[in-house]
Amino acid sequence: MSGNVSSQRVGVFVCRCGKDIGGVVDVPALLEYVRGIPGVVFAEEDAFACSTTGLERIEDAIRSSNLERVVVAACTPRTHEAVFQSALEKAGLNKYLVEMANIREQCSWVHREKPMEATEKAKDLVRMAVVKARLLSPWEDPEVKQNPNVLVIGGGISGMSSSLSLASLGFHVHLVEREAELGGMLRSLHKLSPTMRDSSEFLEHMVKSVGNNPNIEVHMSSKVKSVTGAIGSFDVEVESEGAEKEAFNVGRVIVAIGSDILKPQGLYGYGRDERIITQLDLEEMLKNSDISGVGTVVMIQCAGSRCDERPYCSRICCNTALKNAQILRELNRDIDVYIVYRDLQTYGIESSALELKAKKNGVKLIRYQDGKPPVVTPGGDCVAVRVFSPTINEEMEFDADIVVLSTPLVPTEGAPEISEMLRLPLDDFGFFRETHQLSPLDFATEGVYVCGTARSPKDAVESTSEGLGVGSKAAENRLGRRRGRGAAFAEINDKKCSGCGICIELCPYNAIRKDEFGVSRADASLCGGCGVCAASCPERAITMHHFTDDQLEAQILATVGRRPEK
Amino acid sequence: MTEYEPRLIGFLCNCCGYAVADLAGISRIQYPPNIRFLRVMCCRRVDPSMLLGAFSEGIDGVMITTCSLGGCNYIRNHGEVETKYIFTRKLMEKAGFEPERLALEYIFASEGHKFAEQVDSFIDKVRGLGRSPVSGDSPDPGLLLNLRAAKAAAENYRLRALVGKEEKLVTEGNVYGEEMTQEELDRIIEEAVETEFTRNKIRLILSVKPMSVKGLSAETGIDSRFVLDHVVALRQRGWVDLHGVQGSSPVYRAMEVQ
Repeated sequence: MSGNVSSQRVGVFVCRCGKDIGGVVDVPALLEYVRGIPGVVFAEEDAFACSTTGLERIEDAIRSSNLERVVVAACTPRTHEAVFQSALEKAGLNKYLVEMANIREQCSWVHREKPMEATEKAKDLVRMAVVKARLLSPWEDPEVKQNPNVLVIGGGISGMSSSLSLASLGFHVHLVEREAELGGMLRSLHKLSPTMRDSSEFLEHMVKSVGNNPNIEVHMSSKVKSVTGAIGSFDVEVESEGAEKEAFNVGRVIVAIGSDILKPQGLYGYGRDERIITQLDLEEMLKNSDISGVGTVVMIQCAGSRCDERPYCSRICCNTALKNAQILRELNRDIDVYIVYRDLQTYGIESSALELKAKKNGVKLIRYQDGKPPVVTPGGDCVAVRVFSPTINEEMEFDADIVVLSTPLVPTEGAPEISEMLRLPLDDFGFFRETHQLSPLDFATEGVYVCGTARSPKDAVESTSEGLGVGSKAAENRLGRRRGRGAAFAEINDKKCSGCGICIELCPYNAIRKDEFGVSRADASLCGGCGVCAASCPERAITMHHFTDDQLEAQILATVGRRPEK
Repeated sequence: MTEYEPRLIGFLCNCCGYAVADLAGISRIQYPPNIRFLRVMCCRRVDPSMLLGAFSEGIDGVMITTCSLGGCNYIRNHGEVETKYIFTRKLMEKAGFEPERLALEYIFASEGHKFAEQVDSFIDKVRGLGRSPVSGDSPDPGLLLNLRAAKAAAENYRLRALVGKEEKLVTEGNVYGEEMTQEELDRIIEEAVETEFTRNKIRLILSVKPMSVKGLSAETGIDSRFVLDHVVALRQRGWVDLHGVQGSSPVYRAMEVQ
């Protein structure tokens, strides 16, 4: 690789983005300036560089002017780098030899009132991109050995739906379930909102499909002990009850370990009176039609959620309460059902219809104010519930036969262990976190996906679609054979490395190991490209490709412009 | 000359800092045009020597915008960014250069307004500090030398090893299993910063002009006994060698170091 050789043939394409850039930045002045930057042999503007004709013009210029590096001064590389990379590839240039100058999101859009300063800033941004482009090295994405098999951890609804979707595409799935039966939390549920379909009927059908599918190998009463490796090849160890440890290799991993329902010891008298139960307990009662002697039911919403300890909304509780209230009313018209709520979140078409229907069926909704929660007194003939209603500005009191607490879903016990094992970050509450809000099915470790309530609270429908989503995501990447992290990876100069091991300790990807000579070696297929090793190496023996010391220092220098560049 | 406008650079991590800067643009939130951003995949890439290099080139202020703790896409909590930030500020202080010109800000990818406010208030702060004394065509030579010495010290094995091992030394102890308190380690780093800064400064001075210990002492204001210790250490490292003898005093010169 010719990392330090400064390329002399750079082409710069300035995009007007209609008026989004051109309406603020003085594009002709910018072009005139750009043509004077050392190394620039070609500079043109375009109304929309990312349009088909715009991209063709870039390809033509690369060929006709023998360009070695390309700078596109346009929008953000976060959305458009791949578009321009493909233009380079078409023109026969390595795709990593393009650098973008973000003169839209980080210039014209944020300095709309200052066109002169924005133009000056655009000049700097393009100069910074040119000096970096001249130092860029080509890079071929390595081919990664791809095992077509997939590991799915968790046999609940999301795990089963992702397994089925992958199996239908012809992939072999190892489905690992810790219990003796498939189904997860759905096994405890009565009917599913908003369809009111019997949970057991739905589940039975699904479990049967999984069981009958020759592409799905179910490991029952089993636990994943370890997963090592990287996308395309993960070594998995599974421990099953009363059996020997099993080991196999897969190319992708799906985490569908679900969540638990909060048992709110001490809250609203829970645990002190068996008539104070959770919605999950009520589901069990409804399932067994065990509601004799129940005359008054009070449900309390946001029990243990949207509080200091758990500030999040658990999403499912309003629907669950409305659904169960309605089922109670349908079973017996004499049962009075009160739902005591803070804010009723009936989002979307089905859910708001459920609210209307429940109201029509005589379910009573009573609001309480934040800071004035209902007071539950256990232990009497009935459970007394007092609540101040801001609507009628009065305190109301109910003698309840059962009090149902609508408690949130909370991360399951095993989440931290899986998080560590698969290098997946958890959010503030302990649920698995995606890489970015706008990439909901991508996760920090390539080739590993999370779905269902392990990600965040959601209902059966949402868990199913997320399961299908990660299923196709895991299949989609399989069609390509290449690693997608790009050209940012660490390389260690073994002549300079003293074997101190600091990089090994700091690397969050476990991508660095010592070789037989005691010298550090980085594995590009594991490296995530963060660069902590290069910034910390005492011998400065590590090159962080695509973000090298030389490139970053040249960019810094280009912002000052004190020294003339050669 | 019109009113002084500071020139700043900012390091943005790809997934939070850079994303939030894009979001500020998408939301058309306006902020001053004095700052130029550099994209890095993660702010842990930012090397103290780069920061000190930027200052010695005359940049008025540097801002590092990284993800909020716990929000990092690069898996681990990133205490390393803060460790290096604190370390860099120590060297800036040693060089006599306002450490306030370096800022570290935390952000989530969704906080466009907060980002613009952070940029805005940092530019204001740097404007308040005035032009960097090493900016422009006639930089303060003493300060420039100090900043270059600080940069060289940050490239030095000893300091980098100490900073790189900081977390482990406090939590797990050294190879002999001796745990160290944060205070003890801070003291060791403080001492090492002082020593390495001075040694690199001496080396830089000698690279321009060979000098005697006495001359170096006059140039740096350090007692000649300590200067001699440093010169001995520098000779052991092969950074400095005997150049000749002037009167009765040996004169030293800096060696080319790869």
